Amino acid sequence: MTAVSSRQQLNYIAAQAADARVNLEIETEGMTLNIGPQHPATHGTLRIVAKLDGEQVIAADPVMGYMHRGYEKLSEVRTYPQVTTLINRIDWLGSFANEVPFILAAEQLMEVEAPPRAQWIRTVLFEMSRIANIVLFLGDMAVQVGAVTPIFFAFRDREHILNQIEAATGGRFHPNFDRIGGLKDDLPKGWTVETKQVMKKMRSFCDEIEGLVMGNEIFQARTRGIGVVPPDIGLSYGLSGANIRGSGVDWDVRRDGTTGAGGLVHDELDWRVWTHPDGDSFSRFWVRLQEVRESTKMVDQLLDGLPSGSIMAKVPRIIKVPAGEAYVETENPLGVMGYYVVSKGGLVPFRVKIRSASFNNMSITPWLLTGVYVPDIITILGSLYFILGDIDR
Amino acid sequence: MIPLSSTDTVPANDAASDAADVAGVAATEESGAAAQAATDEIREAVLAELTAEMGEAVVGSHLAAGVDLTVRVTSDAWATAAVFLKEELGFAYFGFLSAIDWLPSPFGRDMDSQVDLTLEPSEPADPDLMEQGLAGGETRFQVLARVNDIVNHRAVTLKADVDEASMSVPSWVPVYAGANWHERETWEMFGINFVGHPGLRHIYLPGAFEGNPLRKDYPLLARRVKPWPGIVDVELMPTEEPDGADGADKADGADNRQGAEAAAAAAAETSDA
Repeated sequence: MTAVSSRQQLNYIAAQAADARVNLEIETEGMTLNIGPQHPATHGTLRIVAKLDGEQVIAADPVMGYMHRGYEKLSEVRTYPQVTTLINRIDWLGSFANEVPFILAAEQLMEVEAPPRAQWIRTVLFEMSRIANIVLFLGDMAVQVGAVTPIFFAFRDREHILNQIEAATGGRFHPNFDRIGGLKDDLPKGWTVETKQVMKKMRSFCDEIEGLVMGNEIFQARTRGIGVVPPDIGLSYGLSGANIRGSGVDWDVRRDGTTGAGGLVHDELDWRVWTHPDGDSFSRFWVRLQEVRESTKMVDQLLDGLPSGSIMAKVPRIIKVPAGEAYVETENPLGVMGYYVVSKGGLVPFRVKIRSASFNNMSITPWLLTGVYVPDIITILGSLYFILGDIDR
Repeated sequence: MIPLSSTDTVPANDAASDAADVAGVAATEESGAAAQAATDEIREAVLAELTAEMGEAVVGSHLAAGVDLTVRVTSDAWATAAVFLKEELGFAYFGFLSAIDWLPSPFGRDMDSQVDLTLEPSEPADPDLMEQGLAGGETRFQVLARVNDIVNHRAVTLKADVDEASMSVPSWVPVYAGANWHERETWEMFGINFVGHPGLRHIYLPGAFEGNPLRKDYPLLARRVKPWPGIVDVELMPTEEPDGADGADKADGADNRQGAEAAAAAAAETSDA
């Protein structure tokens, strides 16, 4: 065995460098990969054009608009009560929560306040739509990493919640139940007892998912340290909800709201805001799981303390909203959702700006997906959790 | 259930935030009555600091006590105001950015009508009657944006007039990265340019789309070919007294319709006979 001379060593290094240069030249040619618009991971019709260098993403460009329905324009030709029918369809998994900020904005302009019972029932349904929405996420996230069973558990247990929402409102997916000044109807007989049982089921579902998915080695390997969002970057993109709380930002509009969201009663409940310091896909999943648990506790407390009385304030039958502008935002299942409503005193809004959570949550993807590997695109998109109707509006 | 490591189940700020929660609840209860005044102080302070920094660039403001704060700046100061809010006042969270077209709809009272204008045309609205909302304004288009300070729990809505000759304002993308998509949407829907934006291109509409759909003078074609379904909602209840001219018109209309139906029925009977 002869010692390698320094000249041989230099030759070897030079050859490696030449190889690397050749590789580089081949790789820079790259490849463009279209994910979607009909991909299961895109929750609808989102398309992501990813430029790849081998297995690595060098640029990602989401393409939206396949489901743009123009709700802002359509709202300008509909009366206030008719608008709630449209906006139910923004985030279709937690429909009731879409109605609340719009109704609150209209109430703020009309200077109407819903009676206490209506506010409490509103909060119950608001939290139940959060559970219905996020339960599906908990099952769906496991599908993104290849585990198919949890989604069936999620569909099975979400049905209990949807049944309760249907019993109270008449609509499984699109309740259209919130009214300016109150609610459409009171709760049916025996509903509170049944709902409490359902909440127990949801808590055991959370335990089940925690054992089945979160402790799983493969799940951890696919989500830990993947898609890390630093808090300052997240805030400048306007991330909200569990996406920003997963980055350790302790901010929840239910507790820290700056707009006059007087129509919900979270202040009177005993609950806490969960955060996770890591900022990766796993932490976003973890925060959402805790939020479902927290919501079930909130619903229990609300049902225990439900005040009696009327469910509708005195409002004219034909709703004319006085001229003015109001912005109300609430902490919806997907994040902060707000409506900027401009009224000219007529039957219809002059302008409605819909600030939906997923639009901002997805706007970080070009930044976040750059540099990740192809399989991680799917888990990152899954953990950011968007509903396409909430992006395209 | 598999127990997780302690860092997961107990977030770093657990104990601290619990203590803060308790303190916060106590504070809210104590200052329940004074809450209104306290919020006003917060918003007034924001307004005062903005005015002190921006000087004459702040051209209008509206402070609704305990509700909200709207500040209007000149379009030149649109981006510098954002920098100041983010860097100096700690408004790190970007809410949204959009625009308002204050032109009364040229399609008469189509957009907020009690009568169906495809059937009963009316006078076109007078563009001179344009009236801007909170914090005033002089131009047809205004951009508006909202940013939050998530530490001190305060927020501000910022507005700026858009000069109709240039139709452009400075971009917010260098300040708030999230403004990128919002500005693309506003550019597409209103035709407002954002100077310094890294790539203004269509976000929702197909690339060859012409027009700016959220402008008031862009007709909603669905309404041109089909009567407004909402017309049924504004009919008076039989027991209600008609109030004002509109109501009377409606009542008359309803009577006429009934009369016409009766006449038609009578005609049908006679023709049968």
